[in-house]
Amino acid sequence: MSSPATRHPFTPFWATLAVIAVAYILFLVALLATTAAYSSPGQIAAAMRSAEIRHALQLSLATCTAAAILSLLLAVPIAYLLSRREFPGKALVEALLDIPIVLPPMVVGLCLLIFFQSPLGRAIETVVPFTYTVYGIVLAQTLIGTSLAVRSMRGTFEHLSARPEEVAMTLGCTRAQAVWRVTLPAARSGMFAAASLAWARSLGEFGPILVFAGATRMRTEVLPTTIWLELGVGNLAAAISVSLLLMALAVLVLVALRCAGERP
Amino acid sequence: MIAIEDLHWSGGDFRLEGVCLHVPAGGYGVLMGPTGCGKTTLLELMCGLRQPDRGKVRIHGADVTGKPPGERGMGYVPQDSALFPAMPVARQLGFALEIRRRPPAQIRERVQSLAGQLGLTPLLLRMPRDLSGGERQRVALGRALAADPSVLLLDEPLSALDEKTRDELTLLLGRLRRERALTVLHVTHSRREALRLADCLFRMEGGRVSAAPLDGIDEGGTRREEIP
Repeated sequence: MSSPATRHPFTPFWATLAVIAVAYILFLVALLATTAAYSSPGQIAAAMRSAEIRHALQLSLATCTAAAILSLLLAVPIAYLLSRREFPGKALVEALLDIPIVLPPMVVGLCLLIFFQSPLGRAIETVVPFTYTVYGIVLAQTLIGTSLAVRSMRGTFEHLSARPEEVAMTLGCTRAQAVWRVTLPAARSGMFAAASLAWARSLGEFGPILVFAGATRMRTEVLPTTIWLELGVGNLAAAISVSLLLMALAVLVLVALRCAGERP
Repeated sequence: MIAIEDLHWSGGDFRLEGVCLHVPAGGYGVLMGPTGCGKTTLLELMCGLRQPDRGKVRIHGADVTGKPPGERGMGYVPQDSALFPAMPVARQLGFALEIRRRPPAQIRERVQSLAGQLGLTPLLLRMPRDLSGGERQRVALGRALAADPSVLLLDEPLSALDEKTRDELTLLLGRLRRERALTVLHVTHSRREALRLADCLFRMEGGRVSAAPLDGIDEGGTRREEIP
């Protein structure tokens, strides 16, 4: 039996689509290749020996992981609610959840800064100080990571039939038990994908962190902040080395996402 | 005994109006009717997945209308089997007892006994995605029977199966019903299934249910076969 690819002749229509796809992919590869070629292994090693960059790497990994976990904890219940129930104002809720994605990043940072100057924000800060702290970095990352994770988890839940949950209820489960024992195990790879998306987005987050958490070396400096700081002092080699590191981490996430997506 | 008394339900443009149905204890009721007439909705109302606007569902005389689905003593097998996607067969069979916090030894024993009865013993470690249609329905049946329900609700359980598997499962349903003294309500489009299994036949149309004579479905000179 012939595959769909061999059944359709390579007409000018398909050839045009292929040319567009190849041109775009070549441009992407060229971007990565020229950036990689701009640096040498020696320069990368030198950058990695810098205490500031190592601190930024550790802080980035720690905050992204915390933000991914928090994003998932928020996204799972929100996405489940949106995928399984109809309620008045649902369209508004969906639009509100997308706000962190569509707002300019600097504006998100500014909103956070202003909120924590309000009486409610100040009251919260008496318990956990967010402004210009590591907690602030995690909060800014979580805010945007959650929006992405909600979208991703919603797709997962909408693909999972509600029927097994209902059968579980006829077998003695409450709704919560049915979700916990039946739906969430079936949504494992979707949860991994959502957390990976939130993690990857958090890794590249710069604007809100700069405005809300600052760019203090060895304190609130994450890898994108490092690139900005190094470029500011004309240290192009270090900026490129850190960029390559971010690219490598992004590729790792991409591979992990592909693996999760291919899992049955 | 299953008794539905004056059941009303409405959702959107669809409504069930004054549905009455009675299957005696140990009886095998078959419900037939055109697609979209509300047969699945009726089963969902019976097992508690939907709440009626009015009317009662009684099981062996007890009013279970307000009870949660898991406390009605009914086993439910949906059309698509709806197996739990991330659970091997053994855990699906033991699920109802696991939820009831029965001792692991008792769960193992029940799983083995159900697997033996349903021919699932070689499949206990398989995941649902690795099962054929007939195997999936046998697992769904075993899962529904694990907590020893007195009533079994079957929603077109054999509709997606080939003829041979359907015949095998029809025999199995007849045997299980006798061995376990089950009261069954079975939704189907198949006259053949109805003829082979039904003690009483119901027809659903326009949101209402009426009793129908068994010989009324005996088209083409098909003779009612003995349930082995």
